[in-house]
Amino acid sequence: MLRGLWKLTWIEIKVFMREPMGAFGSIVVPVALFVLLSRFAKNRLSPPSLAVSSFSHEGVPVLVSILIAVSTVLSLVTIISIYREGGILKRLRATPLRPQTILTAHVAVKLLLSAATLVLMFLAGKRYLPPGNHSSLFSFTIALLITTWSISSIGFLIASIVPTARFAQPIGAVILYPMVGLSGLFVPVDLLPPGFQAVAKALPFTYAVRLLQGIWNGDGWWNHASDVAALALVFLVCTALSAKVFRWE
Amino acid sequence: MRPVIEVSAIRKTYGRTVAVDEASFTVNEGEIFGLIGPNGAGKTTTMECVEGIRKPDRGAISVLGLDPFRQVYKLQERIGVQLQQAQLQKRIKVWEAVDLWASLYRKQKVNAEGLLEQLGLADKRGAWFMNLSGGQKQRLFIALALINDPEVVFLDELTTGLDPQARRAIWDLVWGMRLQGKTVFLTTHLMEEAERLCDRVAIIEHGRIIDIDAPERLVARHCSERTVILDTPDTTAEERFKTIRRVESVDHAGLRFTIRGRGDDLVTDVIQCLSESRIRVTDFRTILPNLEDVFLKLTGRSIRE
Repeated sequence: MLRGLWKLTWIEIKVFMREPMGAFGSIVVPVALFVLLSRFAKNRLSPPSLAVSSFSHEGVPVLVSILIAVSTVLSLVTIISIYREGGILKRLRATPLRPQTILTAHVAVKLLLSAATLVLMFLAGKRYLPPGNHSSLFSFTIALLITTWSISSIGFLIASIVPTARFAQPIGAVILYPMVGLSGLFVPVDLLPPGFQAVAKALPFTYAVRLLQGIWNGDGWWNHASDVAALALVFLVCTALSAKVFRWE
Repeated sequence: MRPVIEVSAIRKTYGRTVAVDEASFTVNEGEIFGLIGPNGAGKTTTMECVEGIRKPDRGAISVLGLDPFRQVYKLQERIGVQLQQAQLQKRIKVWEAVDLWASLYRKQKVNAEGLLEQLGLADKRGAWFMNLSGGQKQRLFIALALINDPEVVFLDELTTGLDPQARRAIWDLVWGMRLQGKTVFLTTHLMEEAERLCDRVAIIEHGRIIDIDAPERLVARHCSERTVILDTPDTTAEERFKTIRRVESVDHAGLRFTIRGRGDDLVTDVIQCLSESRIRVTDFRTILPNLEDVFLKLTGRSIRE
């Protein structure tokens, strides 16, 4: 089943890096955003209150990580619909390549990209990070990868319903960003009106934010087993659904 | 001859549109078989059912003894496919595509570099797909279709959009495939292409197969008309032409006579008449029917409409 997976993944990475805007948008923008926001939080807001320092210490990394995950998934939706529209998916399917291999390769590329972006972000913004927290960076990267992996299944579901490549990015954004809004990233879920709380509990980003915030603050994985389980459930449900409705051409 | 593809009574509908309607045909080992018809006639749908990419609503297909839908991965090891209007990743390099494709098949007999050389793509091996010309893209798709040394090659509208020179180069490649003993199943809406390339053709319109045979036999069966056009100053010629066997009409405008009739002997008979009556001609040519005329006759419309 995995025949061709590594080669295809490697080719997709190379093809991606040859696209100047793609590499710029996915890697440079989040890193620059992180550095700018961190500087702003640290220097421009004076006197540095407790709220500000808490935002720069945990808000910014989680916010930017979620944005990395969302932009990764949006670019996955876009590339899948471009490949479908151009007949590339169909051409790949008319080989012994299994469909799941093609999709796995794309997810693998996006996960690698997320990890690379995150690492660059940490390197570029090292001095804004709280001291003594670096031991959890590896765990945090893993948490972000789990998040991206889970949300990528929503990406496939979106890619199944977008009519053309032109609509992929806007439709994906309209679906994903409101979910982020309710995720507890900006307003804690407990403070939302009861109706919104119920919605938030059904959304994967809520668990993603809780996981990322927790791991960032040095929680153990065991405390967030339920969040990881929720994200895995999202992946299973959305993958099963998109396997039913996904269009190859 | 061993049948390699057997299609019996397949039907495929999209909503209310019937794309393929009870199509049946057989492709024999080592032949070039063409499915010809206008755009939208059901050629691609039929071919994709045979390739295992689509599942017909009903009917049976066997390719190399395999069920193309249920045993699609087994089948894909043994066939090569060129799809209509396919694309690759814009920035994939020629050698990367060939290398990827080569890695997908269990048997790896074909020398990829040799294949690129043979298809005239050797100096383009480092070029991005998006920077190739139409003819180069098609040759790359042929390379991908041949990379696993397939027993059957499927070519869907292979030369559409190519200039005449590129088209001829591709025809040579298709003949080359047959010389290697491969069976070729192609679709085209170009009658000249079908006439030149195919051992046998099936004419399809509105999803139905109207007739199947060698091009020249289809012409002989459906179009026995022959036309001779000649110029002569001889004013008595018209009466003499009318006495020729199986001549149906003689028209003239100025010095030019147009003689219409039936049967392979018409041209000989006209020449004989000219010679016996010592009619001096300054121009002489014949118009023989071709597949285009067969199509017009069978469907009541031109394939270009």
